[in-house]
Amino acid sequence: MEITARALWTLIHGLGFGALYLLACSGALMEFYRFTTSSAPPESTPGQERFPKVYFFAMTVLAWAAVLTGTYVIYPWYRAAPPPGTTDLSMFPQRLLMSSPTTTGWHSLGMEWKEHVAWFCPISITMVSFVFIRYGRSLKNHPQLRAAVLSFAVASFVAAGIAGFFGAMINKFAPVQGGHTIQLSQGEEK
Amino acid sequence: MNMPNGAASPNSPALTNGSGAAAILAAGIGSFALAMLACVGDKLAAVKNSLIFYKPTGPLSGVTTGAILIWLVSWVILEWRWRNKTVGAGRIAALALALLALSLLLTFPPVVDLF
Repeated sequence: MEITARALWTLIHGLGFGALYLLACSGALMEFYRFTTSSAPPESTPGQERFPKVYFFAMTVLAWAAVLTGTYVIYPWYRAAPPPGTTDLSMFPQRLLMSSPTTTGWHSLGMEWKEHVAWFCPISITMVSFVFIRYGRSLKNHPQLRAAVLSFAVASFVAAGIAGFFGAMINKFAPVQGGHTIQLSQGEEK
Repeated sequence: MNMPNGAASPNSPALTNGSGAAAILAAGIGSFALAMLACVGDKLAAVKNSLIFYKPTGPLSGVTTGAILIWLVSWVILEWRWRNKTVGAGRIAALALALLALSLLLTFPPVVDLF
């Protein structure tokens, strides 16, 4: 069982940072609403009060890790230009998608949208985390701030969903390949 | 005394909404800057070339770096001005959400192609 270095980075970016961020989003939206609309239960400990703040901070780190690896590690491999005369485009995903009318939309709509919309996630969630950590339960007293922050959190979830969907589909039709091969395990001979 | 739940103690003043409003508006400005830079870069070749900060990533490097700088600078300025103030949060939140909605619209390729 082996994997190429580029495929591993794509996995880290998409399934590691991206999917984890999406999973965390649904919990974060619920927790944000619950935490900022209720008073601290009398039996709550400082640790219980701190947990959602750590959760939001971790989401912020995930969002930045996802967009930075996507933009500066994987995207250059995706958009690499093939040398003149290249007929096998399998190592050049963007050109491979654009070479057929049945797949060009995955680039012209999918990647063109994904590469920009994904950046709303770190901007939004950094703001959400900052406001959440700074105000905590006192956001209950600022309903307009709370509604706006919640809207940005939802927008970040939607943006991550769009980026994740197109990332998965693009990698299905034109996977990022190449780099050195990493052997994960030795198969048994038949 | 350190209040673990973030609520103001009876002896300390309640948190004003200025800091939160500054962060929200700055996020709206940053998102809009990203969409505008992407849109203008897509339409004007000269702008597109000037946005190539890191060649392997192309204009996306300039679009994102520029937007992040605009976002952070606007945040610092707004935070500095509003930190201890009570501001019209409803109006500011509406403006920030309008900027966010416009940004989402302006990054959608069929909308960009209309210009």
